Amino acid sequence: MTDAAFPDGAEGAAPRTTSSLLTQDTRTKKRNAAEARFRAYGIAAIAVGLVFLAVLVSSIIFKGVGAFQQTFITLNVELLEEKLDKSGTRDIEAIKKVTTFGYNPLIDAALAQAIADTGIENPFSKGKDLRKMISSGAAADLRDHVIENPDEIGKTVSFRLLASSRVDGYLKGRVTRESLARDKNLTPEHLDIVDALAGAGVVTKAFNTDFITGADASESRPEQAGIGVSMLGSFYMMLVVLACALPIGVAASIYLEEFAPQNWFTDLIEVNISNLAAVPSIVFGILGLAVFIQFAHLPQSAPLVGGLVLTLMTLPTIIISTRASLKSVPPSIREAALGIGASKMQTVFHHVLPLAMPGILTGTIIGLAQALGETAPLLLIGMVGYIASNYPDGVIEGFMSPNSAMPAQIYEWAKRADPAYYERAWGGIIILLVFLMTMNIIAIILRRRFERRW
Amino acid sequence: MNDMTKIEGAIEMNDMKISAKGVQVYYGDTHAIKDVSVEIEDKTVTAFIGPSGCGKSTFLRCLNRMNDTIDICRVEGDILLDGEDIYDKRVDPVQLRAKVGMVFQKPNPFPKSIYDNIAYGPRIHGLAKNKADLDDIVEKSLRRGAIWDEVKDRLHAPGTGLSGGQQQRLCIARAVATEPEVLLMDEPCSALDPIATAQVEELIDELRQSYSVVIVTHSMQQAARVSQKTAFFHLGNLVEYDDTTKIFTNPEDPRTESYITGRIG
Repeated sequence: MTDAAFPDGAEGAAPRTTSSLLTQDTRTKKRNAAEARFRAYGIAAIAVGLVFLAVLVSSIIFKGVGAFQQTFITLNVELLEEKLDKSGTRDIEAIKKVTTFGYNPLIDAALAQAIADTGIENPFSKGKDLRKMISSGAAADLRDHVIENPDEIGKTVSFRLLASSRVDGYLKGRVTRESLARDKNLTPEHLDIVDALAGAGVVTKAFNTDFITGADASESRPEQAGIGVSMLGSFYMMLVVLACALPIGVAASIYLEEFAPQNWFTDLIEVNISNLAAVPSIVFGILGLAVFIQFAHLPQSAPLVGGLVLTLMTLPTIIISTRASLKSVPPSIREAALGIGASKMQTVFHHVLPLAMPGILTGTIIGLAQALGETAPLLLIGMVGYIASNYPDGVIEGFMSPNSAMPAQIYEWAKRADPAYYERAWGGIIILLVFLMTMNIIAIILRRRFERRW
Repeated sequence: MNDMTKIEGAIEMNDMKISAKGVQVYYGDTHAIKDVSVEIEDKTVTAFIGPSGCGKSTFLRCLNRMNDTIDICRVEGDILLDGEDIYDKRVDPVQLRAKVGMVFQKPNPFPKSIYDNIAYGPRIHGLAKNKADLDDIVEKSLRRGAIWDEVKDRLHAPGTGLSGGQQQRLCIARAVATEPEVLLMDEPCSALDPIATAQVEELIDELRQSYSVVIVTHSMQQAARVSQKTAFFHLGNLVEYDDTTKIFTNPEDPRTESYITGRIG
C-alpha cells in the first residue's frame, strides 16, 4: 500500500512494512516472550512449593502414623490370692500394700503359660528376662485394675498388656535381629517367641488411644507415652492467651485507630508494634522468665505463665490485623453515624466494630495458632522436659501446676535417645497439625459467616 | 420566572438560622476557606455552587463540625446557630449534629435493615418511648423521605440492597428521623441518575417546609431548580451570595457570570 502511494520512496520516514495484524512485529514478540517467561517462573515456583509440601506432609504421615498403632500382648493372668491378699479379707488397704513387684511374678507366669500354649520352647529360665517383652508399666496397670476390682482376686482374668517398645518396634520393622546385636534389652530368642505369639494371636497391634489421651512417660517406657496431658497444657495456655490478648489487643487497636491523635508519639508506638511482631519469640521467653517468674513469683512451668508469655507474643499480631480490618471499614460508615449525631464511641461500637469483626476474629485465630505452635519461649520458663505424668486435678491446678505443651512435648520426645520416641515425636506433629488445621478452618468459616457487604 | 418571584417574596419573612462570620479553615498549611460570611435562612434551600476544590464542601462540613474528625483541620471565625456559637468550648459536637443533620455525596446506608437504618438515630437520642413510638417515627421518616411506599413491605431487608436512588432517599429519611433543624446535603445527587435526582429534588423542596436545607451541588441547573438562595464559591472565597434568581440572571461579580455561563469551572 505504502509503495503504491509513494512509488519512488520519496517519503522521508521509514515506511511501516509489517502493519498487518496477522503477523507479529519483533517488539510484540519480545513482549509476549517476556510474559511467557514470567508465567513459567510463577508456575515453577508454585510447583516447587507444592512438591516440598507434598514431601513434608507425606514424610510426616509416613513417619508418624506408627505412633497411632501400638503392640499389645493379651495374657490370661491368674490373680493369686496368696500373693495379692494374704489375709483373704479383701481389705483395700491391705491390697494397696502390694507393690508392682508383687505383680511381676504373676505376669511372668502368665507369659510363660502363653508361650507354652503355642508349643515352642521357652529358652529363658528367669522370669525377669522374659518380662523384657512386656512394658515395665504393665504391672502398674495390673495393680490399678486389681485395686479397682478387688473381688477379681483369685480368678484368672484376661488382660491386654502393653508390649515393650522393642517388641513394638520389631512388629513395626524398626527393630531387627541385626540391630539387636547392639542392644542389650532384647535378644533374638525373644523375637522368636514374639513371632510365635503373634502367630497365635496373643501379640496384636491395635489403635493406640493412650497416645492421644495419655501422659508423658519416663525415658525407659516410650510405649506408654502420650500427648494428652500436654494437649491439656496447650489448651489452658490458649485460654489464657485468648482471655488476655483478645481484649487488650482489640482495645489497643481501637484506641490507636479511632481515637488517638496522629502525632510523633502514636507514630512511635505504631513502629514499635510492627517491630515487636518481628522480635524472636525466645526474647519473649526470657522476658517472661524475668517478669512473671523471677519478679512476680508465679509458679514455674505453669500454663498460666506460658499463656502470659504467649500473650505478649500474640499481641502484635492481633493488633496489626485488627487495625488493618478497622482501616478497611469504609469511612462513609463512620461519617454516616457521626452525621446523625452518634458519639465517637457509638460509631465505633455500633458500626465499625461489627464490620471489622471477621478480620479481627481471623487475626486472633491466626495469632492463637501461632502461639499454639510456639516452643522457644516455653524452653525458658521450664515447660520442656519430663514434667507432667498425670492429669491436673481441676481447673485451677490446670492453670497453676507444671505442665508441658504440645510443641514442647514433641521437642522433648525428639531429643530423647530411644528411637521409639522418634516415632512418637512425628505422631505428635500430626496431632499438632490437625489442631492448627482445625483452627484455620474455623477462622475461614467465621470469616465467611460474619462477612457483610456494604 | 414568575414562580421564582413568588418564592422570593416568601423568603423575606424567614428568620436567620445560621450566621457565619469571618470563617477561615486551614488544612495543615493550606488555607481552604478565606474569610467567608454567610447568613442562612430558616425554611429555605440554600445552594453552594462553585468549581471543584473551591471549598464549598469544606464550608458545609464546618456547619455541623464534621471537620472535627480531621486532625489537621483548623476552623477560625464564628458560626452561630440560632445565635449560639457552635464552636464554643461548651458545645458537644454530638449534640450539634443531632440538630444539624447531614446527607453525603455517596449513599451510605448502614449495612443493617431498612428499619434499623432509620431507627438508629432516634434510638441513640432517646426520641422513642417504646416500640410503637419507634415504629411511628420510622414510618413518618420514610414517608418524608418519599420512600415509604417502595420499602414498606420489606422494612427488615438490608438497606444496602436498595438501588442507588432509594439508598440516598433512605439516607435522607435517616437524617430526618432525628428531627434536625438544619439539613446539610453534600452533592446528594451526584451518584444518581436523572430520575432518582428528580425524586430527591422534589423531596428537598418538600423538606423546605420544615427545615433549613443547605445543599452543595455541581449542577447549576439543580441549584436553580431547588434553591432560593445561592452562594458561589471560588478558590476558597465566597464570591457572591444572593437570591438564586439574581445569581442566575444578573450576577454582580464577573467571576460568577463566567462560571454560570460555563467559561470557568
